[in-house]
Amino acid sequence: MSGLAAGIRLAHFGKRVCIFERHNAVGGLNGFYSIAGRKYDVGLHAMTNFVRAGVKGTPLGKLLRQLRIDRDEFALCEQKRSRIAFGPRGETSLAFTNEFAIFESEIAAKFPAQIDGFRRLLAVVKSFDEVSLDAKPVSARQVVRQHISDPLLEDMLFCPLMYYGSAQEHDMEFGQFVIMFKALFLEGFARPLDGVRVILRVLVEKYRATGGARRMKCGVKRIVAREGRAAALVLDDGSEVTADHVISSVGGPETEQLMQVEPVVPNGLSAKIGRLSYVETITVLNRQPAELGWGDDTIIFFNDSPRFAYERPDAQVDLRSGVICLPNNFAYPEGQRLPEGLFRCTCLANYDRWAQLPEAVYQADKKRWYDAITAGAQRFLPVLPKADALQTATVATDMFTPRTITRFTGHLAGAIYGSPIKNRQGRTELANVYLCGTDQGFLGIVGAMLSGISMANYHVLNGK
Amino acid sequence: MTNDEIKKVVIDIISDIAPDEDTSNLKPDVRLREQMQLDSMDFLDIVMELRKRYGIEVPEAEYIKLATLDSCAEYLGPKFAALGK
Repeated sequence: MSGLAAGIRLAHFGKRVCIFERHNAVGGLNGFYSIAGRKYDVGLHAMTNFVRAGVKGTPLGKLLRQLRIDRDEFALCEQKRSRIAFGPRGETSLAFTNEFAIFESEIAAKFPAQIDGFRRLLAVVKSFDEVSLDAKPVSARQVVRQHISDPLLEDMLFCPLMYYGSAQEHDMEFGQFVIMFKALFLEGFARPLDGVRVILRVLVEKYRATGGARRMKCGVKRIVAREGRAAALVLDDGSEVTADHVISSVGGPETEQLMQVEPVVPNGLSAKIGRLSYVETITVLNRQPAELGWGDDTIIFFNDSPRFAYERPDAQVDLRSGVICLPNNFAYPEGQRLPEGLFRCTCLANYDRWAQLPEAVYQADKKRWYDAITAGAQRFLPVLPKADALQTATVATDMFTPRTITRFTGHLAGAIYGSPIKNRQGRTELANVYLCGTDQGFLGIVGAMLSGISMANYHVLNGK
Repeated sequence: MTNDEIKKVVIDIISDIAPDEDTSNLKPDVRLREQMQLDSMDFLDIVMELRKRYGIEVPEAEYIKLATLDSCAEYLGPKFAALGK
Protein backbone atom coordinates (compact mmCIF):
# COMPACT_ATOMS: atom_id res chain seq x y z
CA MET A 1 0.00 0.00 0.00
CA SER A 2 2.87 2.39 0.78
CA GLY A 3 4.48 1.40 -2.51
CA LEU A 4 1.31 2.18 -4.46
CA ALA A 5 1.09 5.59 -2.80
CA ALA A 6 4.74 6.36 -3.63
CA GLY A 7 4.12 5.16 -7.19
CA ILE A 8 1.10 7.42 -7.66
CA ARG A 9 3.07 10.48 -6.55
CA LEU A 10 6.02 9.73 -8.80
CA ALA A 11 3.99 8.77 -11.86
CA HIS A 12 1.76 11.84 -11.45
CA PHE A 13 4.82 14.04 -11.72
CA GLY A 14 6.11 12.35 -14.84
CA LYS A 15 8.55 9.81 -13.46
CA ARG A 16 8.63 6.40 -15.08
CA VAL A 17 7.63 4.00 -12.33
CA CYS A 18 7.34 0.24 -12.07
CA ILE A 19 6.10 -1.62 -8.99
CA PHE A 20 7.32 -5.18 -8.50
CA GLU A 21 5.07 -7.39 -6.37
CA ARG A 22 5.91 -10.99 -5.54
CA HIS A 23 2.35 -11.94 -4.64
CA ASN A 24 -0.47 -12.26 -7.14
CA ALA A 25 -2.50 -9.56 -5.37
CA VAL A 26 -1.70 -6.05 -4.19
CA GLY A 27 -1.91 -4.81 -0.62
CA GLY A 28 0.72 -6.72 1.33
CA LEU A 29 -0.23 -6.62 4.98
CA ASN A 30 -3.35 -4.68 4.01
CA GLY A 31 -4.50 -7.06 1.33
CA PHE A 32 -7.37 -9.50 0.98
CA TYR A 33 -7.87 -13.08 -0.16
CA SER A 34 -10.62 -15.54 -1.04
CA ILE A 35 -11.39 -18.99 0.30
CA ALA A 36 -14.35 -20.96 -1.06
CA GLY A 37 -15.79 -17.86 -2.70
CA ARG A 38 -15.63 -15.74 0.47
CA LYS A 39 -13.45 -12.68 0.59
CA TYR A 40 -11.45 -11.94 3.72
CA ASP A 41 -9.41 -8.88 4.59
CA VAL A 42 -5.90 -9.85 5.68
CA GLY A 43 -5.51 -7.69 8.71
CA LEU A 44 -7.83 -4.75 8.52
CA HIS A 45 -10.11 -4.29 11.51
CA ALA A 46 -10.70 -0.64 10.85
CA MET A 47 -9.01 2.20 9.10
CA THR A 48 -7.71 4.55 11.77
CA ASN A 49 -7.26 8.34 11.34
CA PHE A 50 -10.86 8.84 10.28
CA VAL A 51 -12.06 12.47 10.33
CA ARG A 52 -15.25 13.84 8.84
CA ALA A 53 -15.34 15.95 5.69
CA GLY A 54 -14.21 19.50 6.43
CA VAL A 55 -11.72 18.59 9.18
CA LYS A 56 -8.38 19.73 7.79
CA GLY A 57 -4.73 19.33 8.61
CA THR A 58 -4.96 15.64 9.55
CA PRO A 59 -3.20 12.65 7.95
CA LEU A 60 -6.32 11.48 6.08
CA GLY A 61 -6.82 14.91 4.49
CA LYS A 62 -3.13 15.10 3.57
CA LEU A 63 -3.10 11.78 1.82
CA LEU A 64 -6.30 12.52 -0.09
CA ARG A 65 -4.79 15.77 -1.36
CA GLN A 66 -1.41 14.31 -2.16
CA LEU A 67 -2.91 11.41 -4.10
CA ARG A 68 -5.67 13.56 -5.68
CA ILE A 69 -8.32 11.20 -4.29
CA ASP A 70 -11.85 12.37 -3.56
CA ARG A 71 -12.79 11.24 -0.06
CA ASP A 72 -16.07 9.76 -1.34
CA GLU A 73 -14.06 7.24 -3.36
CA PHE A 74 -13.07 5.48 -0.12
CA ALA A 75 -16.74 5.31 0.94
CA LEU A 76 -15.78 5.27 4.60
CA CYS A 77 -18.38 4.34 7.22
CA GLU A 78 -17.75 5.21 10.85
CA GLN A 79 -17.49 2.85 13.80
CA LYS A 80 -20.42 2.68 16.19
CA ARG A 81 -18.53 2.38 19.46
CA SER A 82 -15.43 0.63 20.75
CA ARG A 83 -14.13 -0.10 24.22
CA ILE A 84 -11.09 -1.01 26.25
CA ALA A 85 -12.04 -3.76 28.72
CA PHE A 86 -9.64 -4.73 31.53
CA GLY A 87 -10.08 -7.29 34.32
CA PRO A 88 -10.88 -11.04 34.32
CA ARG A 89 -14.21 -10.34 32.59
CA GLY A 90 -13.57 -6.79 31.48
CA GLU A 91 -14.93 -5.21 34.67
CA THR A 92 -13.20 -1.87 34.04
CA SER A 93 -14.30 -0.52 30.70
CA LEU A 94 -13.63 2.68 28.78
CA ALA A 95 -15.86 3.29 25.77
CA PHE A 96 -14.77 5.50 22.90
CA THR A 97 -16.22 6.63 19.59
CA ASN A 98 -15.16 9.05 16.87
CA GLU A 99 -16.29 11.83 19.23
CA PHE A 100 -13.33 12.37 21.54
CA ALA A 101 -15.55 13.92 24.24
CA ILE A 102 -17.05 10.48 24.93
CA PHE A 103 -13.65 9.02 25.77
CA GLU A 104 -12.71 12.00 27.93
CA SER A 105 -15.95 11.76 29.92
CA GLU A 106 -15.47 8.00 30.36
CA ILE A 107 -12.05 8.64 31.88
CA ALA A 108 -13.46 11.39 34.10
CA ALA A 109 -16.18 8.98 35.32
CA LYS A 110 -14.02 5.88 35.83
CA PHE A 111 -10.78 7.57 36.90
CA PRO A 112 -11.82 10.86 38.54
CA ALA A 113 -8.44 11.31 40.23
CA GLN A 114 -6.65 11.03 36.87
CA ILE A 115 -8.68 13.33 34.64
CA ASP A 116 -6.58 16.44 35.24
CA GLY A 117 -3.42 14.51 34.44
CA PHE A 118 -5.10 13.05 31.37
CA ARG A 119 -5.94 16.54 30.13
CA ARG A 120 -2.34 17.63 30.63
CA LEU A 121 -1.18 14.61 28.65
CA LEU A 122 -3.69 15.50 25.96
CA ALA A 123 -2.22 18.99 25.67
CA VAL A 124 1.27 17.50 25.23
CA VAL A 125 -0.01 15.08 22.58
CA LYS A 126 -1.82 17.80 20.65
CA SER A 127 1.18 20.12 20.53
CA PHE A 128 3.70 17.42 19.57
CA ASP A 129 5.14 17.38 16.04
CA GLU A 130 5.01 13.63 15.44
CA VAL A 131 5.78 13.74 11.73
CA SER A 132 9.13 15.44 12.09
CA LEU A 133 11.65 13.33 10.21
CA ASP A 134 14.44 13.94 12.73
CA ALA A 135 12.90 13.82 16.20
CA LYS A 136 14.84 12.36 19.14
CA PRO A 137 13.38 9.14 20.60
CA VAL A 138 11.78 9.42 24.06
CA SER A 139 10.02 6.70 26.12
CA ALA A 140 6.25 7.10 25.95
CA ARG A 141 5.84 5.28 29.29
CA GLN A 142 8.00 7.95 30.94
CA VAL A 143 6.07 10.82 29.41
CA VAL A 144 2.68 9.29 30.23
CA ARG A 145 3.70 8.59 33.85
CA GLN A 146 4.46 12.28 34.36
CA HIS A 147 0.72 12.85 33.99
CA ILE A 148 -1.04 9.55 34.79
CA SER A 149 -0.25 7.88 38.14
CA ASP A 150 -2.73 4.98 38.02
CA PRO A 151 -1.04 2.02 36.27
CA LEU A 152 -4.44 0.61 35.26
CA LEU A 153 -5.32 3.72 33.26
CA GLU A 154 -1.79 3.88 31.86
CA ASP A 155 -2.08 0.29 30.58
CA MET A 156 -5.58 0.90 29.25
CA LEU A 157 -4.29 3.84 27.19
CA PHE A 158 -1.32 1.88 25.86
CA CYS A 159 -3.19 -1.34 25.00
CA PRO A 160 -5.07 -0.19 21.85
CA LEU A 161 -2.18 1.97 20.66
CA MET A 162 0.27 -0.92 20.95
CA TYR A 163 -2.03 -3.50 19.39
CA TYR A 164 -2.71 -1.26 16.42
CA GLY A 165 0.83 -0.44 15.55
CA SER A 166 3.71 -0.96 17.94
CA ALA A 167 6.70 -3.02 16.88
CA GLN A 168 8.34 -2.47 20.25
CA GLU A 169 7.71 -4.59 23.36
CA HIS A 170 6.57 -2.99 26.64
CA ASP A 171 6.97 0.63 25.59
CA MET A 172 6.65 2.90 22.57
CA GLU A 173 8.67 5.76 21.28
CA PHE A 174 6.68 8.87 22.25
CA GLY A 175 6.35 10.06 18.65
CA GLN A 176 4.77 6.70 17.77
CA PHE A 177 2.49 7.02 20.80
CA VAL A 178 1.33 10.42 19.61
CA ILE A 179 0.70 9.17 16.07
CA MET A 180 -1.40 6.31 17.42
CA PHE A 181 -3.19 8.37 20.07
CA LYS A 182 -4.32 10.83 17.42
CA ALA A 183 -5.16 8.06 14.94
CA LEU A 184 -7.36 6.11 17.36
CA PHE A 185 -8.72 8.51 19.95
CA LEU A 186 -8.62 12.04 18.53
CA GLU A 187 -9.50 10.89 15.02
CA GLY A 188 -11.19 7.51 14.83
CA PHE A 189 -12.23 4.30 13.09
CA ALA A 190 -14.01 3.77 9.80
CA ARG A 191 -14.07 1.31 6.94
CA PRO A 192 -15.69 0.86 3.53
CA LEU A 193 -18.53 -1.68 3.50
CA ASP A 194 -16.48 -3.96 1.27
CA GLY A 195 -13.34 -3.58 3.34
CA VAL A 196 -9.77 -2.90 2.35
CA ARG A 197 -10.25 -3.94 -1.27
CA VAL A 198 -12.17 -0.70 -1.89
CA ILE A 199 -9.14 1.32 -0.86
CA LEU A 200 -6.78 -0.85 -2.86
CA ARG A 201 -8.98 -0.59 -5.94
CA VAL A 202 -8.89 3.22 -5.73
CA LEU A 203 -5.10 3.21 -5.39
CA VAL A 204 -4.54 0.76 -8.24
CA GLU A 205 -6.88 2.70 -10.54
CA LYS A 206 -5.18 5.96 -9.67
CA TYR A 207 -1.76 4.44 -10.22
CA ARG A 208 -2.78 3.08 -13.61
CA ALA A 209 -4.35 6.40 -14.62
CA THR A 210 -1.15 8.28 -13.81
CA GLY A 211 0.78 5.93 -16.08
CA GLY A 212 2.47 3.65 -13.54
CA ALA A 213 3.45 0.12 -14.51
CA ARG A 214 3.05 -3.00 -12.37
CA ARG A 215 4.55 -6.45 -12.50
CA MET A 216 2.75 -8.99 -10.37
CA LYS A 217 4.12 -12.37 -9.24
CA CYS A 218 7.53 -10.88 -9.86
CA GLY A 219 9.47 -10.20 -6.68
CA VAL A 220 12.84 -8.53 -6.30
CA LYS A 221 15.38 -11.21 -5.42
CA ARG A 222 18.43 -9.03 -4.97
CA ILE A 223 19.57 -5.43 -5.09
CA VAL A 224 22.93 -5.26 -6.85
CA ALA A 225 25.19 -2.74 -5.11
CA ARG A 226 28.00 -0.93 -6.86
CA GLU A 227 29.96 2.00 -5.41
CA GLY A 228 27.39 2.66 -2.72
CA ARG A 229 24.45 2.71 -5.07
CA ALA A 230 21.90 0.23 -6.34
CA ALA A 231 23.09 -0.56 -9.85
CA ALA A 232 20.31 -3.02 -10.69
CA LEU A 233 17.53 -5.17 -9.30
CA VAL A 234 17.56 -8.89 -9.94
CA LEU A 235 14.01 -10.18 -10.26
CA ASP A 236 12.66 -13.59 -9.31
CA ASP A 237 12.73 -14.68 -12.95
CA GLY A 238 16.44 -13.85 -13.12
CA SER A 239 16.11 -10.77 -15.30
CA GLU A 240 17.66 -7.44 -14.30
CA VAL A 241 16.21 -3.95 -14.31
CA THR A 242 17.93 -0.65 -13.61
CA ALA A 243 16.51 2.50 -12.04
CA ASP A 244 17.68 5.90 -10.79
CA HIS A 245 15.82 5.41 -7.51
CA VAL A 246 14.58 2.35 -5.65
CA ILE A 247 11.89 2.63 -2.99
CA SER A 248 11.50 -0.56 -1.00
CA SER A 249 8.34 -1.41 0.91
CA VAL A 250 9.43 -4.90 2.02
CA GLY A 251 10.73 -3.74 5.42
CA GLY A 252 14.04 -2.51 6.85
CA PRO A 253 15.84 -5.78 7.69
CA GLU A 254 14.25 -7.41 4.64
CA THR A 255 15.70 -4.69 2.39
CA GLU A 256 19.11 -5.14 4.00
CA GLN A 257 18.89 -8.81 3.15
CA LEU A 258 18.20 -7.96 -0.49
CA MET A 259 21.24 -5.70 -0.62
CA GLN A 260 23.67 -8.40 0.55
CA VAL A 261 25.67 -10.12 -2.11
CA GLU A 262 26.70 -13.01 0.14
CA PRO A 263 24.03 -15.17 1.82
CA VAL A 264 23.17 -13.42 5.05
CA VAL A 265 23.73 -14.70 8.54
CA PRO A 266 20.34 -14.12 10.20
CA ASN A 267 21.96 -13.30 13.56
CA GLY A 268 23.52 -10.14 12.19
CA LEU A 269 20.07 -8.74 11.61
CA SER A 270 18.39 -10.13 14.69
CA ALA A 271 18.28 -6.90 16.69
CA LYS A 272 16.39 -5.25 13.88
CA ILE A 273 13.85 -8.04 13.36
CA GLY A 274 10.59 -7.47 15.19
CA ARG A 275 9.76 -9.85 18.05
CA LEU A 276 6.03 -9.26 17.99
CA SER A 277 3.72 -11.34 15.94
CA TYR A 278 0.06 -12.26 16.07
CA VAL A 279 -2.51 -14.91 15.47
CA GLU A 280 -5.95 -14.00 14.30
CA THR A 281 -9.08 -16.12 14.17
CA ILE A 282 -11.89 -15.26 11.78
CA THR A 283 -15.32 -16.75 12.35
CA VAL A 284 -18.01 -16.31 9.70
CA LEU A 285 -21.54 -16.34 11.14
CA ASN A 286 -24.91 -16.96 9.53
CA ARG A 287 -26.29 -13.84 11.22
CA GLN A 288 -25.16 -10.41 12.38
CA PRO A 289 -23.23 -10.47 15.69
CA ALA A 290 -25.93 -8.26 17.23
CA GLU A 291 -28.56 -10.88 16.36
CA LEU A 292 -26.44 -13.43 18.16
CA GLY A 293 -26.57 -11.29 21.29
CA TRP A 294 -23.19 -9.53 21.17
CA GLY A 295 -24.44 -5.96 20.92
CA ASP A 296 -22.99 -3.45 18.52
CA ASP A 297 -19.51 -2.70 19.77
CA THR A 298 -17.11 -2.38 16.83
CA ILE A 299 -13.75 -3.15 18.44
CA ILE A 300 -12.88 -4.36 21.94
CA PHE A 301 -9.34 -4.25 23.32
CA PHE A 302 -9.08 -6.59 26.28
CA ASN A 303 -6.71 -7.67 29.03
CA ASP A 304 -7.52 -10.03 31.93
CA SER A 305 -4.40 -9.54 34.10
CA PRO A 306 -3.27 -7.01 36.71
CA ARG A 307 -0.73 -5.55 34.25
CA PHE A 308 -0.91 -5.49 30.46
CA ALA A 309 2.06 -7.35 28.93
CA TYR A 310 2.80 -6.32 25.36
CA GLU A 311 5.60 -8.76 24.60
CA ARG A 312 6.46 -11.91 22.70
CA PRO A 313 4.88 -14.72 24.76
CA ASP A 314 6.76 -17.87 25.76
CA ALA A 315 3.80 -19.95 24.65
CA GLN A 316 2.56 -20.10 21.05
CA VAL A 317 -0.18 -17.61 21.91
CA ASP A 318 -0.86 -15.22 24.81
CA LEU A 319 -4.56 -15.43 25.69
CA ARG A 320 -4.41 -12.77 28.41
CA SER A 321 -4.95 -9.85 26.10
CA GLY A 322 -6.13 -9.23 22.57
CA VAL A 323 -8.47 -7.46 20.21
CA ILE A 324 -11.97 -8.42 19.11
CA CYS A 325 -13.36 -6.89 15.94
CA LEU A 326 -16.95 -7.16 14.73
CA PRO A 327 -16.78 -5.60 11.24
CA ASN A 328 -20.59 -5.68 10.96
CA ASN A 329 -20.77 -2.98 13.61
CA PHE A 330 -19.88 0.04 11.53
CA ALA A 331 -22.59 2.55 10.68
CA TYR A 332 -23.19 1.48 7.07
CA PRO A 333 -25.66 3.41 4.93
CA GLU A 334 -29.33 2.62 5.43
CA GLY A 335 -30.22 -0.75 3.93
CA GLN A 336 -26.59 -1.88 3.53
CA ARG A 337 -24.84 -4.42 5.66
CA LEU A 338 -22.29 -7.19 5.41
CA PRO A 339 -24.08 -10.31 4.14
CA GLU A 340 -22.62 -12.50 6.88
CA GLY A 341 -21.51 -11.96 10.45
CA LEU A 342 -17.79 -11.69 11.17
CA PHE A 343 -16.01 -12.20 14.47
CA ARG A 344 -12.26 -11.61 14.46
CA CYS A 345 -9.91 -12.11 17.44
CA THR A 346 -6.26 -11.14 17.53
CA CYS A 347 -3.71 -12.22 20.16
CA LEU A 348 0.05 -11.93 20.53
CA ALA A 349 2.00 -14.96 19.32
CA ASN A 350 5.51 -16.37 19.29
CA TYR A 351 6.90 -16.78 15.77
CA ASP A 352 9.56 -19.34 16.70
CA ARG A 353 6.97 -21.63 18.22
CA TRP A 354 5.00 -21.71 14.98
CA ALA A 355 7.70 -21.50 12.32
CA GLN A 356 9.26 -24.95 12.40
CA LEU A 357 6.29 -27.20 13.15
CA PRO A 358 5.66 -30.21 10.88
CA GLU A 359 2.50 -29.64 8.85
CA ALA A 360 0.29 -32.09 10.79
CA VAL A 361 1.28 -30.58 14.14
CA TYR A 362 0.86 -27.06 12.76
CA GLN A 363 -2.70 -27.80 11.63
CA ALA A 364 -3.59 -29.46 14.95
CA ASP A 365 -2.14 -26.54 16.92
CA LYS A 366 -4.09 -24.06 14.82
CA LYS A 367 -7.31 -25.91 15.57
CA ARG A 368 -6.55 -26.10 19.29
CA TRP A 369 -5.65 -22.40 19.55
CA TYR A 370 -8.61 -21.37 17.43
CA ASP A 371 -10.92 -22.84 20.09
CA ALA A 372 -8.92 -21.35 22.98
CA ILE A 373 -8.74 -17.86 21.43
CA THR A 374 -12.43 -17.60 20.53
CA ALA A 375 -13.40 -18.94 23.97
CA GLY A 376 -11.01 -16.54 25.72
CA ALA A 377 -12.24 -13.53 23.80
CA GLN A 378 -15.86 -14.27 24.67
CA ARG A 379 -15.12 -13.40 28.30
CA PHE A 380 -15.28 -9.78 27.13
CA LEU A 381 -18.54 -10.05 25.18
CA PRO A 382 -22.10 -10.37 26.49
CA VAL A 383 -22.86 -13.98 27.50
CA LEU A 384 -24.80 -15.79 24.78
CA PRO A 385 -28.20 -17.28 25.66
CA LYS A 386 -27.12 -20.83 24.79
CA ALA A 387 -23.72 -22.42 25.28
CA ASP A 388 -23.59 -23.68 21.68
CA ALA A 389 -24.98 -20.48 20.09
CA LEU A 390 -21.66 -19.48 18.47
CA GLN A 391 -20.98 -22.98 17.21
CA THR A 392 -24.40 -23.36 15.57
CA ALA A 393 -24.12 -19.91 13.94
CA THR A 394 -20.64 -20.58 12.50
CA VAL A 395 -20.53 -21.25 8.75
CA ALA A 396 -16.78 -20.92 8.11
CA THR A 397 -13.56 -20.21 9.95
CA ASP A 398 -10.05 -19.16 9.10
CA MET A 399 -6.96 -18.31 11.08
CA PHE A 400 -3.60 -16.76 10.40
CA THR A 401 -0.46 -17.39 12.40
CA PRO A 402 2.99 -15.79 12.39
CA ARG A 403 3.94 -18.37 9.78
CA THR A 404 1.13 -17.25 7.47
CA ILE A 405 2.36 -13.66 7.67
CA THR A 406 5.90 -14.52 6.67
CA ARG A 407 4.71 -16.83 3.91
CA PHE A 408 2.51 -14.27 2.20
CA THR A 409 4.20 -10.96 2.97
CA GLY A 410 7.86 -11.90 3.38
CA HIS A 411 8.03 -10.05 6.70
CA LEU A 412 10.69 -11.76 8.79
CA ALA A 413 9.49 -13.43 12.00
CA GLY A 414 5.87 -12.69 11.14
CA ALA A 415 6.41 -9.13 12.36
CA ILE A 416 3.33 -7.29 11.10
CA TYR A 417 4.53 -3.97 12.46
CA GLY A 418 8.06 -4.61 11.31
CA SER A 419 11.26 -3.71 13.06
CA PRO A 420 11.33 -2.03 16.49
CA ILE A 421 13.98 0.28 15.03
CA LYS A 422 12.25 2.78 12.78
CA ASN A 423 14.02 4.77 10.12
CA ARG A 424 12.20 8.07 9.70
CA GLN A 425 14.31 9.36 6.85
CA GLY A 426 14.09 6.02 5.07
CA ARG A 427 17.78 6.04 4.16
CA THR A 428 19.69 2.81 3.62
CA GLU A 429 23.33 1.94 3.09
CA LEU A 430 22.83 2.56 -0.61
CA ALA A 431 22.43 6.19 -1.62
CA ASN A 432 19.56 5.62 -4.05
CA VAL A 433 17.59 3.01 -2.06
CA TYR A 434 14.95 4.27 0.37
CA LEU A 435 12.47 2.56 2.66
CA CYS A 436 8.77 3.20 2.79
CA GLY A 437 6.06 1.46 4.78
CA THR A 438 5.95 0.33 8.36
CA ASP A 439 9.72 0.44 8.98
CA GLN A 440 9.87 4.08 7.98
CA GLY A 441 7.68 4.64 11.03
CA PHE A 442 4.27 5.96 10.03
CA LEU A 443 1.63 3.50 11.21
CA GLY A 444 -1.65 2.02 10.09
CA ILE A 445 -3.19 2.11 6.63
CA VAL A 446 -3.22 5.89 6.42
CA GLY A 447 0.32 5.91 7.80
CA ALA A 448 1.42 3.40 5.18
CA MET A 449 0.13 5.61 2.39
CA LEU A 450 1.64 8.75 3.93
CA SER A 451 4.94 6.96 4.28
CA GLY A 452 5.05 6.22 0.56
CA ILE A 453 4.05 9.81 -0.21
CA SER A 454 6.67 11.32 2.14
CA MET A 455 9.51 9.19 0.88
CA ALA A 456 8.64 9.85 -2.78
CA ASN A 457 8.50 13.59 -2.05
CA TYR A 458 11.57 13.74 0.17
CA HIS A 459 13.98 11.61 -1.83
CA VAL A 460 12.81 11.84 -5.42
CA LEU A 461 10.55 14.79 -6.15
CA ASN A 462 11.82 17.59 -3.91
CA GLY A 463 13.79 20.10 -5.90
CA LYS A 464 14.80 17.58 -8.53
CA MET B 1 -0.66 35.91 -20.16
CA THR B 2 -2.41 38.65 -18.26
CA ASN B 3 -2.19 38.88 -14.49
CA ASP B 4 -5.75 37.65 -14.21
CA GLU B 5 -4.98 34.64 -16.39
CA ILE B 6 -1.98 33.77 -14.24
CA LYS B 7 -4.10 34.04 -11.10
CA LYS B 8 -6.60 31.68 -12.68
CA VAL B 9 -3.80 29.20 -13.43
CA VAL B 10 -2.79 29.22 -9.77
CA ILE B 11 -6.39 28.93 -8.55
CA ASP B 12 -7.01 26.01 -10.90
CA ILE B 13 -3.98 24.22 -9.51
CA ILE B 14 -5.09 24.84 -5.92
CA SER B 15 -8.58 23.57 -6.74
CA ASP B 16 -7.08 20.33 -8.06
CA ILE B 17 -4.73 19.88 -5.11
CA ALA B 18 -7.22 20.85 -2.43
CA PRO B 19 -10.75 20.33 -3.79
CA ASP B 20 -12.08 20.70 -0.23
CA GLU B 21 -11.04 24.37 -0.13
CA ASP B 22 -13.30 27.18 -1.36
CA THR B 23 -11.32 29.09 -3.99
CA SER B 24 -14.19 31.22 -5.29
CA ASN B 25 -13.57 34.37 -3.24
CA LEU B 26 -9.82 34.54 -2.66
CA LYS B 27 -8.47 38.01 -1.93
CA PRO B 28 -5.53 38.70 -4.26
CA ASP B 29 -3.47 40.65 -1.71
CA VAL B 30 -3.87 38.34 1.30
CA ARG B 31 -1.57 35.37 1.89
CA LEU B 32 -3.06 32.16 0.50
CA ARG B 33 -2.17 30.37 3.72
CA GLU B 34 -4.33 32.78 5.69
CA GLN B 35 -7.33 32.12 3.49
CA MET B 36 -7.07 28.36 3.19
CA GLN B 37 -5.51 25.51 5.07
CA LEU B 38 -2.46 24.85 2.91
CA ASP B 39 0.64 23.25 4.35
CA SER B 40 4.17 22.93 3.01
CA MET B 41 3.26 19.72 1.15
CA ASP B 42 0.52 21.64 -0.67
CA PHE B 43 2.87 24.48 -1.62
CA LEU B 44 5.37 21.98 -2.95
CA ASP B 45 2.57 20.57 -5.08
CA ILE B 46 1.72 23.99 -6.50
CA VAL B 47 5.35 24.33 -7.56
CA MET B 48 5.44 20.86 -9.05
CA GLU B 49 2.17 21.32 -10.92
CA LEU B 50 3.58 24.55 -12.43
CA ARG B 51 6.53 22.56 -13.67
CA LYS B 52 4.39 19.67 -14.90
CA ARG B 53 1.79 21.77 -16.68
CA TYR B 54 3.86 24.73 -17.97
CA GLY B 55 7.51 23.78 -17.59
CA ILE B 56 8.04 26.61 -15.12
CA GLU B 57 10.73 26.13 -12.47
CA VAL B 58 10.43 27.77 -9.07
CA PRO B 59 13.59 27.36 -6.95
CA GLU B 60 13.01 26.58 -3.27
CA ALA B 61 14.40 29.97 -2.18
CA GLU B 62 11.66 31.69 -4.21
CA TYR B 63 8.64 29.77 -2.90
CA ILE B 64 7.92 32.83 -0.77
CA LYS B 65 7.02 34.70 -3.96
CA LEU B 66 3.94 32.52 -4.29
CA ALA B 67 2.49 33.81 -1.02
CA THR B 68 -0.46 35.77 -2.48
CA LEU B 69 -2.26 35.71 -5.82
CA ASP B 70 -0.86 39.18 -6.61
CA SER B 71 2.70 38.09 -5.87
CA CYS B 72 2.15 34.93 -7.94
CA ALA B 73 1.12 37.04 -10.94
CA GLU B 74 4.05 39.42 -10.51
CA TYR B 75 6.58 36.61 -10.10
CA LEU B 76 5.23 34.18 -12.69
CA GLY B 77 4.39 36.82 -15.34
CA PRO B 78 7.95 37.10 -16.71
CA LYS B 79 8.34 33.31 -16.57
CA PHE B 80 5.24 32.79 -18.69
CA ALA B 81 6.37 35.60 -21.01
CA ALA B 82 9.78 33.93 -21.44
CA LEU B 83 7.94 30.84 -22.63
CA GLY B 84 6.07 32.96 -25.14
CA LYS B 85 2.80 32.73 -23.23
